[in-house]
Amino acid sequence: MAHKRVEMLTDPLVDNNPITLQVLGICSALAVTSSLQVAFVMTIAVTLVTGFSSMFISMIRNHIPGSIRIIVQMVIIASLVILVDQVLKAYAFEISKTLSVFVGLIITNCIVMGRAEAFAMKNPPLDSFVDGVGNGLGYGLILMLVGFFRELFGSGSLFGITILETVNNGGWYVPNGLLLLPPSAFFIIGLIIWAFRSWKPAQVEEREYKIQTVEAH
Amino acid sequence: MPDGQERKGAIGRFLALPTDSVPKTLFVAIAVCLVASMIVSAAAVALRPTQAVNSLKDKQINILQVAGIYDPAQDVVEAFSAFEPHILELDTGTFTQQFDVATFDDRDVADDPATSVALTEDPAGIGRQGKYVTVYLLRDEAGNIDKVVLPIHGYGLWSTLYGFIALEENGNDIFGLQFYEHAETPGLGAEVDNPRWKALWKGKKLADDTGTLQISVTKTAPAAGKEFHIDALAGATLTTVGVHNLVNFWMGEAGYQLFLDNLKAGNV
Repeated sequence: MAHKRVEMLTDPLVDNNPITLQVLGICSALAVTSSLQVAFVMTIAVTLVTGFSSMFISMIRNHIPGSIRIIVQMVIIASLVILVDQVLKAYAFEISKTLSVFVGLIITNCIVMGRAEAFAMKNPPLDSFVDGVGNGLGYGLILMLVGFFRELFGSGSLFGITILETVNNGGWYVPNGLLLLPPSAFFIIGLIIWAFRSWKPAQVEEREYKIQTVEAH
Repeated sequence: MPDGQERKGAIGRFLALPTDSVPKTLFVAIAVCLVASMIVSAAAVALRPTQAVNSLKDKQINILQVAGIYDPAQDVVEAFSAFEPHILELDTGTFTQQFDVATFDDRDVADDPATSVALTEDPAGIGRQGKYVTVYLLRDEAGNIDKVVLPIHGYGLWSTLYGFIALEENGNDIFGLQFYEHAETPGLGAEVDNPRWKALWKGKKLADDTGTLQISVTKTAPAAGKEFHIDALAGATLTTVGVHNLVNFWMGEAGYQLFLDNLKAGNV
């Protein structure tokens, strides 16, 4: 059982990554990856929300009527998101200003809903929590990867610490402005998906419009 | 908790109902909403004091930035003590002592019918205007006024923009303009926060030699000349119009004109 849980946690990192394999949640991945610090806070926020919303939904899963299950999930997810937003405003005001609407938009992040509907409604609370955290981390891993390239080559720094001294500050590095704009995240996510699928050919989708099956949890 | 287990009490009876029955559906909907709203409101109330401290600090940082003396390494409260806050009575253009600067809240004053007026001519779209506002003076080493920081606000496209304008000691040259609170479209209207656009304001003049207000934020430069003109933000016409209106409103008769006249005459 313990072994299975570890797998549930690590499986969404590479083998069943919500962004690269399921291509979910990429909208926010474009918006919050221009600096690593913001991407990091977003990772934590999404991981907490996915983890706990899955757990709470799973706790009451036997009592959720089918007719209103989506809205019940939304209420739980939305409450947690507001909670995260309030905490950020209280303890990380600067970052909450940068993240602005994107914290609120965690509610609409397909990954959170996806895990609630696909996993938490059918599995016990602890498993759901682990699965939610795993998927949040899988999302965060890609966020951090994208953020790493965008911040390093876009502004010459990592976590706000200058690595490549830019020309503006008297250094030698001419920053690539495109990387600070949202479209660059598309290119980087595309390249990451390509890299992942070359590394693990099992992730390549088949030509026919078949629904793909990946190794179950 | 599996269904069908024997429970006592009203909640237990509801929980034992078949999940898809109407009463159970209603019960679950209400219960989830109640619990969720309690948690959310408890968090909001508990965290409000910390958030208030943060937004005050943010406002102070903005005042420091607009006056060009913000140093991230320095303690905000300490740096902010360089400013001399005063409560200004707009009708007379002079400072008043009837309020305590430390507890004075511009927005409360603007909401209170006793201390504000409902505007009939309201180009800035603010509805009510407070008769009193907090302004900040920055003095040089000799004790002469170096800059004044005046609060301004007005409606853009989606939201009221709250900000500050910093003027040189002559009351006519703009040193900087900055908004600290707004909800304009990210990437378009929210570019009012763009440092390059904000830099355009530096060195512009409010009024010409005859004292007529000429400042404009438009796509094309007006006949008055470039020193009165700030280029509009591309793709953010309504936000730009809002900024144009609010700056003209606050710098005009209904706003700081009397105060600025006093400042020019050396009566402050």
